[in-house]
Amino acid sequence: MGIYIQFLIDVLSLGSLYALMALGLVIVYGILKLVNFAYGELIMVAGYTLFLLGGSPFPWLAMAVVAVLMAVLTGIATEYVAFRPVRSKSVTAVLITSFAFSTLLQNSALLFISPRARTVPLPSVFSDTVMIGGAIIPLRNILTIVAAALLLTVFSFIMKKTVLGLAMRAAATKFTMARMLGIPANLIITSAFAISGLLAGVVSLFWLGRIGSVVPGIGLEPLLVAFIATVIGGMRSLQGAVLGGFLLSLIVTTLNYSLPPELLKFRDAFTFSLVILILLWRPDGLIKGPATGQRT
Amino acid sequence: MLEIDGIELRYGAVKAVRDVSLKVHKGELVTLLGANGAGKSSTLKSIAGVLKPVRGTIRLNGEDISSLSPEQLVRRGVAMVPETRDVFPDLTVDENLQLGAFSRRWNTRAVEATRQQMFELFPLLAERVKQPAGTLSGGQQQQLVIARAMMSNPSLLLLDEPSLGLAPVIVDKIFEMIVALRQSGVTILLVEQNATKAMKISDRNYVLSLGRVAAEGTAAEIAERSDLKSIYLGS
Repeated sequence: MGIYIQFLIDVLSLGSLYALMALGLVIVYGILKLVNFAYGELIMVAGYTLFLLGGSPFPWLAMAVVAVLMAVLTGIATEYVAFRPVRSKSVTAVLITSFAFSTLLQNSALLFISPRARTVPLPSVFSDTVMIGGAIIPLRNILTIVAAALLLTVFSFIMKKTVLGLAMRAAATKFTMARMLGIPANLIITSAFAISGLLAGVVSLFWLGRIGSVVPGIGLEPLLVAFIATVIGGMRSLQGAVLGGFLLSLIVTTLNYSLPPELLKFRDAFTFSLVILILLWRPDGLIKGPATGQRT
Repeated sequence: MLEIDGIELRYGAVKAVRDVSLKVHKGELVTLLGANGAGKSSTLKSIAGVLKPVRGTIRLNGEDISSLSPEQLVRRGVAMVPETRDVFPDLTVDENLQLGAFSRRWNTRAVEATRQQMFELFPLLAERVKQPAGTLSGGQQQQLVIARAMMSNPSLLLLDEPSLGLAPVIVDKIFEMIVALRQSGVTILLVEQNATKAMKISDRNYVLSLGRVAAEGTAAEIAERSDLKSIYLGS
């Protein structure tokens, strides 16, 4: 009994993080039809903000808010620095500028802070455990699930009930038409980057809660995970991104539990094989999403 | 109200419009006729700010609007209904209309008034407010995009091929609605393949051929010139 509860919580908590990461990536992709390769660095920025605030007298929650805000600002900065100047040029140009911005941020961390891992301050609730049905569960996993559920609810409300959310969904399907209705392109794109930063910032807190420290390359794994989750779920669908995140977590966690120790180091090979199988079965991802036309 | 002077429009190396000049006065219904590829849709796109002219100017109420973005033009009273129709398929009819009023979304009372007017003009839409726009028929989608464009309370409405791909009965209805809209005071620039029907409701017409204005005048004047028939009737 205990093992099942533990498994379920593991799948849900890891899945929550994967889902939020994927959502942050797909919200920008949906509108620009471009992957923001500097996305992982948003998580890094939030991490280092937390580290730098480490010695300050402020309560942890205040530090966390500042860290998330920094991720939001960096998200918006990505748009202004890497996307806006070359948006109308070519896909290749934007790919290169977003890689460049990512490298720039990573190297600033290397240069000005350290290539070595830096411990971030974490509140005690992140290391506490609770007993549920005979299983010892880290409290942070429960917190992750609750936070993700809250964030997904708020996000879904924004996208379904607010004019800005509707405008973003409209722009994701038919960008030029949306502009012809008076929806400003820049407002929509900046909002998408800001939301992307918010999601990355929150993910960062819980991601750091698992590993405890921040390194300049911390963003690579979240970027990869988010990318794979969106590919599985369907690049054009927000629900798909969430579904893809949870499915990827289910695959990874199942392999963690079932693979013999000597095969565990090949876990990613097994994961990707399964991802390939899913894509052979559903090349467009699990949820197709509305057909989209032109790139902006 | 609208003055286009010698514009040239290109898609890369391809010239879609070579030299078009035209005028639309306040309250008029003007039609652009011509065969496929004559440059009618491109001309409309340039007025809506989607396609920038490489030469020539476009003036709206005396102001040069050639370099403005589509969203800026909406705020100056231009609304465009493209031939591709482009409803937002996964949003409901009501949400589509709501986005049409994006530029004046804070003025809720005025928006609501326009919404009611549109429901009177297009009663079919009123019955389907909660339905996703993607599930509407072609004729219903056409009504929705016209109503959606009207939600910004435009002074100039650009209609690109509203009868495209619709059954004859529906086409008649759409034309009735265009006449009704015109009577409500909005100036309309209409692009139509269906020349006979379009000329019946329009004040003046321009015939485009190979990216240039081949003729202009009232329906009677155009009809008199037998040399034009092959151009605008596409036969």
